Amino acid sequence: MNLNVSTHAHHAVVRPEGRLTASGAPRLKQAIKKLIDDGHPRIVVDLAQTEFIDSSGLGALIGGLKAARLAEGDLRLAAASDSVKSVLKLTSLDRVLRDHPTVEEAFGDG
Amino acid sequence: MSRRLILIRVVAVLAVLTGINYVTWRWMDSLNWEAWWIAVPLVIAETYSLVDTFLFAITMWRAKEREGPESAPAGTVDVFITTYNEPVEMVMATARAAKLIAYPHETYVLDDGNRPEMAAAARAEGLGYITRSEDWTDKPRHAKAGNLNNALFETDGEFLLILDADQIPDPLILHRTLGYFGDDEQVALVQTPQWFINVDEADPLGSQAPLFYGPIQQGKDGWNAAFFCGSNAVLRRDALMQLGIVGYVRNLQDSTERTLRAAEKLLAREARRSQSVPELQTELKDLRIEVAQARAAITSGEPIADVTYQLHATINASSSRLVKHDMDMMAEDLAAINALPVQRDAELGALVIDQVGLDALTTRELSPLAAVKSVGALVDALRVDRPDEAQPIQPLATISVTEDMATAMQLHSMGWRSVYHHEILARGLAPEDLQTMLKQRLRWAQGTMQVLLRDNPLAKRGLSAGQRLMYFGTMWSYLAGFAAIVYLSAPVIYLMFGVMPVNAWSGDFFARFLPYFLINQLMFLIVARGIRTWRGQQYSLALFPVWIRACTSSFANVVFKKPLSFVVTRKDGRQDGALPLREVWPQLTAIVLLILALITGIIRVLLGTADGTGTLVNTVWVVYSLAALSIVIQALRYKGPAAHAEEAEGAP
Repeated sequence: MNLNVSTHAHHAVVRPEGRLTASGAPRLKQAIKKLIDDGHPRIVVDLAQTEFIDSSGLGALIGGLKAARLAEGDLRLAAASDSVKSVLKLTSLDRVLRDHPTVEEAFGDG
Repeated sequence: MSRRLILIRVVAVLAVLTGINYVTWRWMDSLNWEAWWIAVPLVIAETYSLVDTFLFAITMWRAKEREGPESAPAGTVDVFITTYNEPVEMVMATARAAKLIAYPHETYVLDDGNRPEMAAAARAEGLGYITRSEDWTDKPRHAKAGNLNNALFETDGEFLLILDADQIPDPLILHRTLGYFGDDEQVALVQTPQWFINVDEADPLGSQAPLFYGPIQQGKDGWNAAFFCGSNAVLRRDALMQLGIVGYVRNLQDSTERTLRAAEKLLAREARRSQSVPELQTELKDLRIEVAQARAAITSGEPIADVTYQLHATINASSSRLVKHDMDMMAEDLAAINALPVQRDAELGALVIDQVGLDALTTRELSPLAAVKSVGALVDALRVDRPDEAQPIQPLATISVTEDMATAMQLHSMGWRSVYHHEILARGLAPEDLQTMLKQRLRWAQGTMQVLLRDNPLAKRGLSAGQRLMYFGTMWSYLAGFAAIVYLSAPVIYLMFGVMPVNAWSGDFFARFLPYFLINQLMFLIVARGIRTWRGQQYSLALFPVWIRACTSSFANVVFKKPLSFVVTRKDGRQDGALPLREVWPQLTAIVLLILALITGIIRVLLGTADGTGTLVNTVWVVYSLAALSIVIQALRYKGPAAHAEEAEGAP
């Protein structure tokens, strides 16, 4: 898994590329933690290039959501592929986190 | 189907049919209503036993004897050795053996005792060492489940081999078990037997459970309900994490729904109270509408994180408006006060502000701030991060002190499968004294009853009928303590006072009871196939006070939230001190009463005041009970395996 991080005026973007599984989850968690520590608690996880996600990957997302909310920011998902969407649905995590169509729309509320 | 299984099924059907024949007759035609106070409890106890027979027959119906996996072992593995207070040397012996497991893996010591010497020993051997992260400070720790959950987030193997601190693994343990996960992608658990090396043939504490780690687990396996027993098992990480996430979502949905309801009520009440402050009232009414809309949005399927995020923003905006309004009011008041010359301190020329009055402003009754504050508290409860728990995701179930059973039931309910692999691949240490053993059994029984009360398998969604019965069967067996009281009392009451729970000890009784009894024994014999089950039978009666205490304490725990006074099983040998007579007084009392009853019964026959057949039946019954209970005396005198071996050899 490759992990791309970029920061913008109003939010930061984390882009996991490839398979987000148990072996990649700790790195995603670290990346999110670093963004928050650096003062970027509004984070979009761009899932467009994520081919596959397992429960450990989802666990890292929830951990990130917790950390971001504690820092008075938020963590949002964008552009999930069909395979990722199906895992979100299978675990009913789609009841908690919305998959926004694009990264730009994720923080559309300002 | 094997000939053995056909035989088991024939005998199982016969056992249940003869049982129904006997118990129906008991209810319809044999009750001595004049002594209903013992007659009715006895027939209820017998009905309980019939249900037990039925559940055992179902368990054995599809017993599965696996040859071993077909696939080659594959995947990455973490080996977890869980410890809390066991001696460092014991843990390290297990850890060194774990390191030698032939299949490639990482070994971790999960030290819930957070001991520096444990950490040093593990690191010296190049092993992983994990303790609770700082997230756990001041949060519920959830014992072993919490220890494992903590480690799951610090490691990344696809499969996890879990070992108690005393369970020395065989180097081939992973080679023999991992293939099952390749055979079937839905397999989440492979359990192997627990076997104890510090127990000799006599096994006075009944530590080996050959019937359970054998026919019973194989029977449950046939219904895809092999149990997870906490150690010597391999688990699929993805399955556990999925469990954690689904549990998180469910918990969040419930708590959000509850919190929003409460917030609506609170806002309505505060709005009524604040009629005197119109600005506040309007604000509260508006907030209430927002909360109601949020609730409706979630019901209609909007993601919870979005809805609560927006609601947070709305409430924050509203409370800053209110605070501003309050501040403006205070400023006005101060200006007014300022205008009054009498309020100035004559000497200092400064304004005298009544501190008490100011404080009162911020208290609940006087200030609109308070209303917003309590709403704020509710909103805090709306957080998606489970602030009351160290981890939002808890893969291993925390609803019971026996996390293993609860976790396996969750896995089964979500469609995962389990495997029982009948080959000893780890060898451990059993408790070496009666007290420790009693505590261990109590904990197992309490944990099982907690699961029954919190997550009843008969009502749980996602389980098959067979799985429901397999879980329920184990729970049902722990009700045996109540039946035991009746089984022990009835013959004593008859032999001492001649009170008969049945109309007559007639030919009818023998014709119906004996076939049921004998076929039942035959079923056990066939199922056990030479395994010695007498120890288990003895303890299932002899531990009746433990079973009863487990039922009452777990009921008090689940319903009235009373703590269970949980104790970790000691595995480093015997505790010092005198004979623990206090722990087994009910059994000792029962033994004395049974012997007195036996003597009285014989005297009464000799005097001609008692019926010969009745006395014979009850005498046999009492002798059986005494034989079973006598294990308690053996166990009391037991001084651990070393001493036992010396005695056997006749050494000084």
